[in-house]
Amino acid sequence: MLSKMVRTVANQLIVFIVIFGLYVIAHGQVTPGGGFQGGAVIVSGVVMLLVAFNSKELKKSLRERTLSIMESTGALIFAALAFAGIGTAFFYNLLVGTPIFGHVPPTGANPGDIWTGGVVPLMNLAVGIKVVAGLSAVVLAMALFSSGEEVEE
Amino acid sequence: MRKVVGLIAFLILLGFLVWGVLLIHPFGYPSPAYMDDYIIENAQEETGNNNVVASVVFDYRGFDTLGEATILFTAVTGVLLVLRTLKRKEDGS
Repeated sequence: MLSKMVRTVANQLIVFIVIFGLYVIAHGQVTPGGGFQGGAVIVSGVVMLLVAFNSKELKKSLRERTLSIMESTGALIFAALAFAGIGTAFFYNLLVGTPIFGHVPPTGANPGDIWTGGVVPLMNLAVGIKVVAGLSAVVLAMALFSSGEEVEE
Repeated sequence: MRKVVGLIAFLILLGFLVWGVLLIHPFGYPSPAYMDDYIIENAQEETGNNNVVASVVFDYRGFDTLGEATILFTAVTGVLLVLRTLKRKEDGS
């Protein structure tokens, strides 16, 4: 565990890191980024917490079992969205034109038009959940292992 | 003897690599460009994405992204499996 100054700054900074990561995930169909990138941003915040506090302290709030369930849920949502369009083709974008994320933009640049993309925003969300949970589990397991703690199932 | 065989294999491989590099089309002129043009022109009205890259990653090439997610899942499973097994073996001995 590092000094009190580092811990306080990390406590304040994690909010902004998580918000930026959620922004990158949620705006994947408008701006550069998406599920993988935003998830990596949030996991960098988790790594910062892991450095500031120790892994034993972080284990109380991030349970391995919860992370596993989150990752499997994200993968299942992703595969289910892929199979949802199986009537036409695998990975068919069946939400284009419907009221849910279905607004079709005109060709060209449309800044701020976020209610678009069909199933792509939902897939971004699923992949984001999956990446956050998976990479956090990996980092946490490595830290717990190198510090000699028991990895909780 | 082993070094000579290794050197010959290395030279053959190097020759193949150089041959492959020489056969590449000139820089800045991708030979099959019709797929790029099709996606750039039709991605917005077909998938509704303003970000064409996202439409390629999650719609046109969604199967590739599924494989990517599978790789991540396998990596996480492997890391957790290995670390847990090592921990248990230390406890048992």
